[in-house]
Amino acid sequence: MTIFVKLFAGFRENRFKVAKREVKDDCTIADVLEQLGIKEPELGVALIDGRHVTSDQVLHAGVTISLFPKVGGG
Amino acid sequence: MNKIFRINMSNLTTKCESVPEEWAGLGGRGLTSTIVAAEVPPRCHPLGPNNKLVFAPGLLTGTPAAQSGRLSAGAKSPLTGTIKESNAGGTAAQQLARMGIKAIIIEGAPTEDKWYRLHITMDGITFEAADSLVGKQNFAIIDEMIDTFGPKIGVLSIGVPGEMRMCAANISVKDPDQKIRSHGRGGLGAVMGSKKIKCITIDDTGASKVPIADPDKFRAAAKIFAKSLLDHPVSGEGLPTYGTNILINILNEAGGLPTKNFRYGQCEHHEKISGETMHDTIVERGGKHKHGCHAGCIIQCSQVYVDRAGGYITSGFEYETIWGLGANAMIEDLDDIAKCDNLMDDIGIDSIEGAVLLATAMEAGVIPWGDGKECQRVLRDEIGKGTPLGRILGNGTGMVGTAYGLVRVPVVKNQGIPAYDPRSVKGIGITYATSTMGADHTAGYTIATNILKVGGYVDPLTKDGQVELSRNLQIATAAVDSTGMCVFIAFPALDIPESFTALIDLLNATYGLDLTADDVTELGKKILKIEHDFNTAAGFSKQDDRLPEFFSYEPIPPHNAVWDFTDEEIDEFWDF
Repeated sequence: MTIFVKLFAGFRENRFKVAKREVKDDCTIADVLEQLGIKEPELGVALIDGRHVTSDQVLHAGVTISLFPKVGGG
Repeated sequence: MNKIFRINMSNLTTKCESVPEEWAGLGGRGLTSTIVAAEVPPRCHPLGPNNKLVFAPGLLTGTPAAQSGRLSAGAKSPLTGTIKESNAGGTAAQQLARMGIKAIIIEGAPTEDKWYRLHITMDGITFEAADSLVGKQNFAIIDEMIDTFGPKIGVLSIGVPGEMRMCAANISVKDPDQKIRSHGRGGLGAVMGSKKIKCITIDDTGASKVPIADPDKFRAAAKIFAKSLLDHPVSGEGLPTYGTNILINILNEAGGLPTKNFRYGQCEHHEKISGETMHDTIVERGGKHKHGCHAGCIIQCSQVYVDRAGGYITSGFEYETIWGLGANAMIEDLDDIAKCDNLMDDIGIDSIEGAVLLATAMEAGVIPWGDGKECQRVLRDEIGKGTPLGRILGNGTGMVGTAYGLVRVPVVKNQGIPAYDPRSVKGIGITYATSTMGADHTAGYTIATNILKVGGYVDPLTKDGQVELSRNLQIATAAVDSTGMCVFIAFPALDIPESFTALIDLLNATYGLDLTADDVTELGKKILKIEHDFNTAAGFSKQDDRLPEFFSYEPIPPHNAVWDFTDEEIDEFWDF
């Protein structure tokens, strides 16, 4: 199935900002991270439609996920 | 730190007092709030002779502990009418601490129309004529003081809005690069202006090191503490690389980035103003993406933003400022935003209040939406010169709303609401509502847990757990604000147990104490209650712990969230 992935901060280095990706059905956030070569502990926040999700979240076709490393400010 | 200086501006006398026993264990916010609560009549006029302006370095300021160089300023705020503490980096805090000065209390007001510069040396404090500085803005004052005293001179100053006692006026602090950090919030520059003090200079020649009771224990704790700062991905990597502005994209994705004066939770041009774009721009132009606001800062979240030719535009370019001008006022060009930031440093107004009031002026039709050039003109030629329009704007967001008959006026206790929408990040809404300071994100930064998943996770879109989260963070922050530590030590302190333990060990090693974590929590609670009691005596009630009404009936996209806490739910905050 096709999903859309948005990457931020250091995750963009040698990767992309936004991309259409082909993934297997019932793919999780963790699977997407693996496909991108990102180790799971590096993940800070994953969002789908502006809602926080955990890495075991199963994805549906056509969804857009936003992935951030551990960052902060204030 | 064993001296308290009392400066009486009514009769131009100074007194050096020893530290009363009940103030010995206090520093920073704990001390400024305790002094203001003890000595300022709560119902006094903030710009009258009965208000006092208090400066105090933190308990660890001047020691070699990383991140400990913050100075607290306190008074009754002319913007909010509440008690106020605002802390800043720069060089003054460490200079004062090394000079043994625990606090400076400025009281009274001159009856003559003369301006003064206070000059602080190891011999005491003198009153110098400052009439030649009147009408000058901060960068010119700093340059003149450097020319007169050399580059090591410490400077605190106000620009023209401070002279004119505008409620958005801040107090500027010279930083190690001869640029500016600010006691930004709450109009403390107007209080300094009401005392007719244009400038304070600090010459620390002859100052010694801050004494440390147990140097071996201190060194061991300082090492663990510094390591925790570097090990935590936020303080060790995220902040130094992208600065605080990394938040633009994450708040945008989460739907909590207030846009076009709090109409929307996402901004179409977010990428243009994001931390990632800012980082790339700075690197490409040869600026600095890592930079500290005081000596001993190892987080280095500041930066030096330069133009295409590599020339300085601004530093300490914060997320809140960039959000306020970029998303909330719709300015798309980061260079224009940086120029506004520089102007706000120069004229001396709070860059959060300044950004929020400019968006409110756009709502009023005074400035076209997104017009960064016009914002620069308004800052420089209206607020910076104190024209009639400038005085309306320079008195803050609430004043602009009143002057132009607006309803969508984002303030709590008359202080502009910062960069996180309370409808879609509900924990921060509780902080805005209940903080003793008026709307203030730093008072209890629930974004850490609501959005960044630091210190656990509490869903930002539901009400569950938000009051408790805000309460715990506000208590901890009040204590941290007393140490002179930068608030960003909270990121490792929330996630790495040894980090918080090391902070307590630093206090114990410095003062020869046996404080526990519970003692620190109790200190935070005590400070909040002192501040809350002052506000109550000043005429505030729980009915003031409320957000503007529009948040309850204007849903904010994309989540179409509204502010839905009942009064009773908010009031539970004070159950401790």
